[in-house]
Amino acid sequence: MKNGAGADAYCRDGFCVLPSRSFLEVQKLSVWYGERQVLKEVHASFSACSIVALIGPSGCGKTTFLSTLNRLTDLYPSCRVTGSIRMGDLSILEPKLDVRRLRKRVGMVFQKPNPFPLSIYRNIAWPLSEHQRLRKDEIAYRVELALRDVGLWEEVKDRLHHSALQLSGGQQQRLCIARCIALEPEVILLDEPCSALDPLATETIEGLLQKLRSRYHLMVVTHNLAQARRLADEVAVFWVVEGCGRLIENGPTERIFLDPIEPRTRAYVSGLIG
Amino acid sequence: MLERLPVLQRWVGDTRLLTGVYWGLAWGSLGLLGYWVMQLGLPIFREGWVGISWGFLAEEPLRSGRAGGIGSILLATAWIVGICLMTALPLSLGTAILFRQFQREAPRLIVLIRHCLDVLAGVPSIVFGLFGYAFFCQFMGLGFSILAGGLTLACMILPVMIRVLEESLAAVPLAYEWGAVSLGLSRVGILLNLLLPRALPGLIGAIIIGLGRAFAETAALLFTSGYVDRWPQSVMDSGRALSVHVYDLTMNVPGGERSAYASALALVLTLLIINTIALACLHILQRRTPANAALSLGRSR
Repeated sequence: MKNGAGADAYCRDGFCVLPSRSFLEVQKLSVWYGERQVLKEVHASFSACSIVALIGPSGCGKTTFLSTLNRLTDLYPSCRVTGSIRMGDLSILEPKLDVRRLRKRVGMVFQKPNPFPLSIYRNIAWPLSEHQRLRKDEIAYRVELALRDVGLWEEVKDRLHHSALQLSGGQQQRLCIARCIALEPEVILLDEPCSALDPLATETIEGLLQKLRSRYHLMVVTHNLAQARRLADEVAVFWVVEGCGRLIENGPTERIFLDPIEPRTRAYVSGLIG
Repeated sequence: MLERLPVLQRWVGDTRLLTGVYWGLAWGSLGLLGYWVMQLGLPIFREGWVGISWGFLAEEPLRSGRAGGIGSILLATAWIVGICLMTALPLSLGTAILFRQFQREAPRLIVLIRHCLDVLAGVPSIVFGLFGYAFFCQFMGLGFSILAGGLTLACMILPVMIRVLEESLAAVPLAYEWGAVSLGLSRVGILLNLLLPRALPGLIGAIIIGLGRAFAETAALLFTSGYVDRWPQSVMDSGRALSVHVYDLTMNVPGGERSAYASALALVLTLLIINTIALACLHILQRRTPANAALSLGRSR
């Protein structure tokens, strides 16, 4: 553990021990799509400056949990969310919240790389110029900075004005991360960022996430247990209980993998189920 | 029967045979098209070429079109088609965008509206003419005017244009929009940066289709813009469209055949020129925006 704050924080069947410092507190979060409940009473808190991995079998609500954090669930007309999520001073589920500013603070990277069908430069410059009034040279500087951060600058500096769709899958995903961090968010949500990539590109992305962990809170959904163990400071295990997704256990990575409290977590991390 | 089956299978499974059938059909339809062009197009070009001249294009028709030119008629046509496009384009584009936005929120309503549009697209133009006469000329008090004709034509081409634009917007993957929304980008920004550039080919396609139908329309205009062949002074004047002029010369004016052929040739040439310009625009635009050029590359991966 980098910081001891989250060391004693864990959660078990809705019972939650709060750590002393947490950047994200989730209470009684439930999500419905139409009549179907996909998440039930999630309680959790995550400590600052860390990589949190969300693991669990398919359909257990990991991605849904992630998308409630920047209100992407708003895009589904039938989706209903109850409970509360606090991020610092911000109450995320507040109906009157300025969602666009929230999404600037909580960025998201998707499973399949989705750079805009614009030039590499415009992919980053467009979101920047929409959120902030910047001079042209400032934008150029920030674009370069973001591309350097994700290690893409050297690879693309000669073809900034070529289409982003010509990049390889791994490069596209790094561009998506660059597009996100150019807005200087606090949290970056990553929904299985490596599952569409080959092992080499995965390694690059993982290295990048290690580099970014000191500056942003990262929450990564992954199916890859080894990856979760390699990357994360904290792990949250989701499970399908009686047809809907629940958070069954969360805590420091080592404890979850070596000494889990939940028998289901033990079976899952040792590869017996899931 | 049973022992024949393998032979049949061999025949059906033989790709050479299928390819042959496809090529046969393709050449057959090409031949049919060629025959029509010869039958219809050649006389128009042969007869029309004699009558057409710069003077003919600039002058007002005399003696019901037996002499003189088609200048005033070209002007009226341009006004009618211009009004039609200026009304139909923003309306259809707006509708197509709304369709995309509300697709998720009210899918049943969208399906219903789309069905209505399909029915409307198949309604004979004379019905639109009668509607235009009753609504624009009588109810709104526009009388026989270029304005009424243009608006009626707009109603007529709206369903088709909406469908074409909608298809082109639907071709924009949702993943782009999700990415943009997750970055907190505004709807207007998404529209301008993502949706419209992608929809541009569809937009030009819609313009070509709309123009084609508007230029060729006769029945809907007979009742709405009328057939006064003088120079129109304003959009409230009655004006005769080119297709109406051709119709009138062939059906009602003995001795007007030569002018009819020349006018028909002018109509065909105008359409050809406009289509060529539109396609050239499309070509240039696709080469200039890097994203469009790369789209095919992105797909092939």
